[in-house]
Amino acid sequence: MEHIRTPKVENVRLVDRISSKKAALGTLYLTATHVIFVENAPDTRKETWILHSQISTIEKQATAATGCPLLIRCKNFQLLQLIIPQERDCHDVYISLIRLARPVKYEELYCFSFNPKLDKEEREQGWMLIDLSEEYKRMGLPNNYWQLSDVNRDYRVCDSYPTELYVPKSATAHIIVGSSKFRSRRRFPALSYYYRDNHASICRSSQPLSGFSARCLEDEQMLQAIRKANPGSDFIYVVDTRPKLNAMANRAAGKGYENEDNYSNIKFQFIGIENIHVMRNSLQKMLEVCELKSPSMSDFLWGLENSGWLRHIKAIMDAGIFIAKAVSEEGVSVLVHCSDGWDRTAQVCSVASLLLDPHYRTLKGFMVLIEKDWISFGHKFNHRYGNLDGDPKEISPVIDQFIECVWQLMEQFPCAFEFNERFLIHIQHHIYSCQFGNLLCNSQKERQELRIQERTYSLWAHLWKNRADYMNPLFRDDHSQTRGTLRLPTTPCNFLYKFWSGMYNRFEKGLQPRQSVTDYLMAVKEETQQLEEEREALEERLEKIQKVQLNHTKVKAKQSEPSKHSGFSTSDNSTANTPQDYSGNMKSFPSRSPSQGDEDSALILTQDNLKSSDPDLSANSDQESGVEDLSCRSPSGGECAPSEDSGKDRDSDEAVFLTA
Amino acid sequence: MEFSDLIRTRRAQAKLLRGPEAPPLRGTLCLTGHHLLLSPGPQATSELWLLLLRSVDSIEKRVASDSGTITLRCKDLRVLQLEIEGVEASLDIARSIEALSSLESVITSFPFFYRPKGLRLGDAWHFHPPERYYKRVARETNAWRLSEVNEDFSVCPSYPRAVIVPRSVDDGALARSARFRQGGRFPVLSYHHAPSGTVLVRSSQPLTGPQKRRCAEDEELLRAVLAGARPGARGFIVDTRSSQAAKQARMTGGGTEAKAAYPGWKRLHRPLERGQPLQESFVRLVEACGDLQQSTDSWLRRLEGCCWLAHVKEALSTACLAAQGMEREGACILVHGAEGTDSTLLVTSLAQLILDPLSRTMAGFQELVEREWIQAGHPFQLRCAHSAFSHARPKHEAPTFLLFLDCVWQLGRQFPLSLEFGEGLLLALFEHAYASPFGTFLCNSERERCLCEVRTRTHSLWSGLNQPKEQRKLRNPLYAPNPLAIWPSVELQSLRLWQGLFLRWIRPPEPSEVAWEKVWQIVTDKEKTKLSQPTVSASEPQL
Repeated sequence: MEHIRTPKVENVRLVDRISSKKAALGTLYLTATHVIFVENAPDTRKETWILHSQISTIEKQATAATGCPLLIRCKNFQLLQLIIPQERDCHDVYISLIRLARPVKYEELYCFSFNPKLDKEEREQGWMLIDLSEEYKRMGLPNNYWQLSDVNRDYRVCDSYPTELYVPKSATAHIIVGSSKFRSRRRFPALSYYYRDNHASICRSSQPLSGFSARCLEDEQMLQAIRKANPGSDFIYVVDTRPKLNAMANRAAGKGYENEDNYSNIKFQFIGIENIHVMRNSLQKMLEVCELKSPSMSDFLWGLENSGWLRHIKAIMDAGIFIAKAVSEEGVSVLVHCSDGWDRTAQVCSVASLLLDPHYRTLKGFMVLIEKDWISFGHKFNHRYGNLDGDPKEISPVIDQFIECVWQLMEQFPCAFEFNERFLIHIQHHIYSCQFGNLLCNSQKERQELRIQERTYSLWAHLWKNRADYMNPLFRDDHSQTRGTLRLPTTPCNFLYKFWSGMYNRFEKGLQPRQSVTDYLMAVKEETQQLEEEREALEERLEKIQKVQLNHTKVKAKQSEPSKHSGFSTSDNSTANTPQDYSGNMKSFPSRSPSQGDEDSALILTQDNLKSSDPDLSANSDQESGVEDLSCRSPSGGECAPSEDSGKDRDSDEAVFLTA
Repeated sequence: MEFSDLIRTRRAQAKLLRGPEAPPLRGTLCLTGHHLLLSPGPQATSELWLLLLRSVDSIEKRVASDSGTITLRCKDLRVLQLEIEGVEASLDIARSIEALSSLESVITSFPFFYRPKGLRLGDAWHFHPPERYYKRVARETNAWRLSEVNEDFSVCPSYPRAVIVPRSVDDGALARSARFRQGGRFPVLSYHHAPSGTVLVRSSQPLTGPQKRRCAEDEELLRAVLAGARPGARGFIVDTRSSQAAKQARMTGGGTEAKAAYPGWKRLHRPLERGQPLQESFVRLVEACGDLQQSTDSWLRRLEGCCWLAHVKEALSTACLAAQGMEREGACILVHGAEGTDSTLLVTSLAQLILDPLSRTMAGFQELVEREWIQAGHPFQLRCAHSAFSHARPKHEAPTFLLFLDCVWQLGRQFPLSLEFGEGLLLALFEHAYASPFGTFLCNSERERCLCEVRTRTHSLWSGLNQPKEQRKLRNPLYAPNPLAIWPSVELQSLRLWQGLFLRWIRPPEPSEVAWEKVWQIVTDKEKTKLSQPTVSASEPQL
C-alpha cells in the first residue's frame, strides 16, 4: 500500500492504561487494513488488531526519554497507547495512520477487500436474510388503509428515501409529491410502523418548510390522510423531537414546524432532544471522564453528570415512550420529525417500535428494525460515523445512542429481549468497522449505485450465523410482562439510567464483571439439551432391545456409559484474576505489577467464531489462567520486601511501603 | 412492663397504601404490643398484613376533619401510608406506634415472644462458635491456641468467651495486652490463610497516649504473630484512620503502634468513614432515591453528593489491600481503627470473603457474619437503632454493617458465579439487623447476650433462614465453587448503586423477579434432566 511508510516497527511498548507501570514489549505492524501489535512474550504472543476504520484520532505526544508516545483512540472506545523508541518511526507511523484512517473513496474500505470465503450463492442468500417487504407484510400491510406506493420509483421524489414506501390509501401521488415539496429534502410523511391491534401508526418525515406563515395544501391533505387511515381516532400527534428553540430558529430559514391552526385535527408536541453537535460533545465529555487517571468517585459522577449523556439518553427514551403510549394506549397515530428526519426521528421511531412490538426484541426482528428505520430511511451512516474522510462536524453518535437505549431497556427488562449485550456491542463495532456493506453510505440510492450487494457481504448474515453467541438465556416470550408493549414504570425513574461500562470500557476487561451469567446459563441450557438428546437416544435403544427380547434373542445389553460432558463453563477457574492496584497512585505492593483483565477472553467473546472475520474483536485476548497466575508468584517473597528505612515520615511507614 | 399502658386505641378502620405499584388494602387495623395488623374484611381474598413495630423508623401524622393519615417510614426503607378513620383513633395509634417502636428494653422485645412453628429454641445457636473456627485453624497450623482468658468477659467486655491467640503467649500476657488496648480488645486471630501461611489479626488502638507508652506484652503478642506465620513473614498494620487522626488520638489516650516498638511491622493508613458521617451519607442517599421528581442530572449530583459509592470503594480497596498483603506478599496483617468494632470488622470480614472460598458458601458466609460481626462485638443495637429516616440526631447509629453487605453485593455482581448465596440473603440480613423476630442481632456484645439469655430464650436467625422453604430466595442458583481468590475491580466504572436495596420499594420489582425465576428454571431443568438420565440406563441390564 502506497500509504504505508513503514510496515513494521520493533521494540514498541503497549502501555496498560489502568496500571501505567505495566507495558508489553512487542512489534507493531501496519497492513492495508489493520494496525497489529504482537507482544514479544513467547508464551502468549498476544495480538492486538485494530482496523483502520475504527481509528478515531491519533495523537503524537511529546517525546520522552523512553521514546515517542502515540495515542490511538478508536470509535469502538478502545484506547491504545504506544511508545515507539525512535521519533522518526513514530512520525512515519503517525503519518501513515492519518492517511489510512481517513479513506477518500468507498473502494478503499475494508468491505471491498474482506473475503470470508463464501461462494456467490451464499453471499446472495445472506443479503436476502432481512427482507423489508416481508416485514410490512408481517405488520399486516397492505390493507384497507395503507398501500405500497411507487411514487419514489428510481428515487424520483426523494433521493434519501427507499423506493418502496407505505402511504395512506387516500394519499394520491399528487398529494405526496406536493407534500414532498413542502418538506426538507423532500422527505414526505411515510409509514414507519403500523400497529395492527388498533390501526394506529407511526409515520415519519422531515420538517415542513413553513417559515413564518407558508402553507401547503397537499401537505395538509397528507396529514389528513394519515389521520383517516386510523378510523379509531379523530386526531394525530405531530411530534417534533427538537427543542422548541431550535425549531423556532429554523423558521427564520424558511423551515420550521406545523402550525396547529393550518392542519385540521393535529396535536403538536415538542420533545427536546438535542442536535448532533450537542450529542457529539456530550459523548466526548463522557469519554474524557472515562479516561481520567485515577479519578475519585466524585470526579467520576460529576463528570458523568456534566457530560449530560444520560440526560440525552433519557430524552430519547422519553420520546419513544410518549409515542408508544400514544399508539398503544390512546390508539392515536403519530407523525414524527426533527429537522431532516434522519437522526432523532430514526432514534425515536425505532425506540417506540421496540417498545410496542415484541418482534423487534428478537434477534432477527432487531436487524429488521435497523434495516427499516435506519438503513432504508436514509440515515447518513457515512457522514455520522466518518467512514470516509469528511466534515468532522457531521460526525455524531446517533445510532450509538439508540443502541444504548436498547441496553438500558435490557437492564430494566432482563427477560424481554432474545439477544444479549454482546449482540449490541458487536453491532456497534460493525457500524464503524466497514467490514460489511449494509451500513455503508448515506442512502439506499448510493448503496445501489455502488452495487454494494454484489461487491460486499451482509452483516446480518454474519450475525445470524453466529447467533448462538448472541442469545439471551433469560429471554421469556411466554411471560405477560414481555409480551406486547413493554410497560415502563409510571414514575420518572432517573436512576434507572446507568453508565454503560460494558460498552464504553469494554476494552478494559478488568473493569467488567469477571464471570458471565449469560455464558454460564447458555452452557447450562446447552448441556440440558444434550442430556435430553441422549435420553431420547437411550430410550430408542431401549425400545429396540425390548423388541429383540420379545424375539427371544439374548442380547447382552451393554451398559451405556453416561457420557462425560465437557463440563459447562469451567469459567470459574479460568476466571483468573489478579488483584489490581488497591493502594491508589499506582504504587502498591511493589513486587508484583498488578494487572488488569487477566480473565479468559473466551468469556467475553467466542474467539473461534470471530477470529476469521473480527480479528479486532478478539484482540486483547489474554490467555493467562488463574492457576498459572497463582503459580507464577515470584518465589522471592522476602526479596520484594519494601526496604527497611527510607521513609520521610518518621511516624508512618506508609511512604516506605509504597515507594520501595 | 405492660404494653397495654401504651395502647389506648386497639382497633380502627383503615386503608393502607404500599407505594405506587401495589394496590391499597382496606380493613380493620389492630395494634398489639409488637405488631401492627391489618385484617381485610371477610369478603376480601388477601391475607392478613403484618408489620413488626420495631421496624418502624419514623412516623408522621396528619389529621383531617374525620380521619388521620399516618406515614410510616420503615427501617428496611419501605414507606407506608395508613389512612385511619377517626381523628382521635388515628392520633392514639400514632402515639402508640411511636412509643412501642422505640422501646429500649431488650428482654421485652419481640424475639423473646416469637415462637414459630417448625423451629425449636436453642437450634442453630451452636452453629458458629469460635471453637468451631478454631478446629479448622488447628488443622492448618499449630501456632495458635484457643484461650478462655475472657471466660467471664472481664478482660474484654466486647469479645466472646473464647478467642484465638498465638500459642506462645500466655493468658497473663493477654490480659496485660488487653489493658493496653482500648476496650480491652487485644490482638486476636481473625483469619488464617493456609495457602500463604499468614494471618489476619484484629484489635483496637493501643493506648499509647501523649507519653507514647509501650506495653511489653502487647509487643510480644505481635512478635508471636509473626513468629507463628511462615518463616520470614513481615507484618503490616492497616490503621483505618488517617495518620493525622491516629496522631490526634494520642491526646485522648489512644494512638497507634510506634515503629520502634514493633520490629517487623509496618504501618499503613487507610482512612475509612465511620460513625456520623457514614450515617449521614446513608440518609442522603436514601433521600435522593426517594425523590422521584428530580432530573437525571440532579440525581447524579445527589448520588455524588452523598458519597456512598466512594465509601464502598474505600472499604473494598482497603479489604483488597489487606488480602493482597497476605496472599501476594506473604505478610501478616493487623487491622484496627479506634475501637476496633466497626471499620476494623468491615475490612477483616471482606478480606476473608476475597481470599477464602469457604466463606463464600451459604454456611460459611453465615459463619463469617456470626464470627466477625456478632461475636466480634459489633454493637448492632447501637448502630442499627435507627435506619435512614429517623429525625432524631444520630447518636451511635452508623450503617457499617450495611456498607459491608453492599460491598458483598458488589463482589457478587463482579463474580456472579462465585457466591453460593444471592442478593436475597443480603437483603434479609439488612432487614434483620435493623428489626427482627429473631435474637441473632440483639444486643451489642456476647456479654450482653449472655446476660439477657438470648441464646436460650430466642430463636436464631440462622435456623430461620436455613429452612428449606427459604432457599429459593436466598441461594444463588449459578454458584460454582471457585477455589481462587476473587479480586474485585474497585474502579468507579465497576461499582454500581445497589438498586435491589436502595430502590427496592421504588422501582417495580417484577422484571428482576421474572428474571430470577427464569434463572432457577434453567438450572433446575438441567438438574431434572440429569436425574432422569440414570433410570433409563439402569433399566437396561435388567433385560
